[in-house]
Amino acid sequence: MSETSLFTIFMEGVFIKNFLLIQFLGLCSFVGVTKDVKSAAGMSGAVVFVMTMASTASYLLYTYILVPLKMEFLSLISFIVVIAALVQLVEFVVRKNVPALYRSLGIYLPLITTNCAVLGAVLLNVRSDYGFAQSVTFGIAAGIGYTIVMLMMSAIRERSTLVSIPSSMRGLPQAFLLALMLSMAFVNYFWVIPI
Amino acid sequence: MNPLSEFIRGVTRDNPIFGLVLGLCPTLAVTTSVENAIGMSAGTAFVLFFSNLFISLLRKQIPSTVRLPIFIIIIATFVSIVDMIMEAYSPSMYAALGVFIPLIVVNCIIIGRAEAYANRNGPFYSVIDALGISTGFLLVLMLIGGIREILGTGQIVTFGHTLISLPVNPSVTTMILPPGAFLTIGILMAVINYQKEKKRMRGE
Repeated sequence: MSETSLFTIFMEGVFIKNFLLIQFLGLCSFVGVTKDVKSAAGMSGAVVFVMTMASTASYLLYTYILVPLKMEFLSLISFIVVIAALVQLVEFVVRKNVPALYRSLGIYLPLITTNCAVLGAVLLNVRSDYGFAQSVTFGIAAGIGYTIVMLMMSAIRERSTLVSIPSSMRGLPQAFLLALMLSMAFVNYFWVIPI
Repeated sequence: MNPLSEFIRGVTRDNPIFGLVLGLCPTLAVTTSVENAIGMSAGTAFVLFFSNLFISLLRKQIPSTVRLPIFIIIIATFVSIVDMIMEAYSPSMYAALGVFIPLIVVNCIIIGRAEAYANRNGPFYSVIDALGISTGFLLVLMLIGGIREILGTGQIVTFGHTLISLPVNPSVTTMILPPGAFLTIGILMAVINYQKEKKRMRGE
């Protein structure tokens, strides 16, 4: 098991190895769902929720079922099935018990099954050899890092829709160049702080 | 529909990155060098080829209500194969590409082609489509990887051979760090949009 402290894992997950800006995980939603703050917040909420649950469930599955049975080669297939099942389960539970939350998160939940951020978090947990507490911390931290960047990006994009720029720069090129500036800030600020 | 035009469509109009805008994560993450770009495209091409072939062969047997889970299982099988082959035969490449080899399973290109093409066409054309899309993906990744590598390190080194070496090292290290990826793809997309607009203006 890895010896990294929980605080280090948390800071790494949120800032130093930020999923969107540094590791490039979950970019489809980063350019697709950041046109306004409300939908970005909805998507981020769903991701934090599913990422935490998926990190927990996949750790238990990997450590207590796949490793004792020597079936690590099935890990990829079983993780994707776990995430898909989890998303369905979350959808049922939320729809039945918290209808208000379902109305705001509902349409984003199916998107998460194929969001590489969630599977990425699960795979990184296994590769870094994290224990239970570490896996859960990393899942939560990655979700928080994702949320911070989604909210920043959507706020900037909301304000920049009326900016006059060449028409060939509108849309995706503009989004990527905004991401460039955010990414520069993250690299420059957080990669020089030793933890 | 002829095979050659289907192949070319995958490189130009339906180009996965600039046409369909799918599979952005690996495109930005692994293009720090041409070598990584080639490795990533080879892995993706293998998975896309076999998933398109098998889904197209099984398209009449797969019930349409549960087709997505079945596609994912088929794709995940081939991704696991690529993952193990690469780990065994090319450990340095495997270490460089890291988590992005298993993440081919959630690459939108693969499931997108399964849904939009292999599920509706015969095995021959599905394979041609897979080859065209893979070639388009490879070319874009090599272009982005080339730009980033040459500006970031001043040379392009592929599998131990120095292909291009600049007399002066520009060493814009930012280009091989994460921001360089956003910069390169943003500018390339703007250039392509500009060309498209110019063509449209001339057409009208």
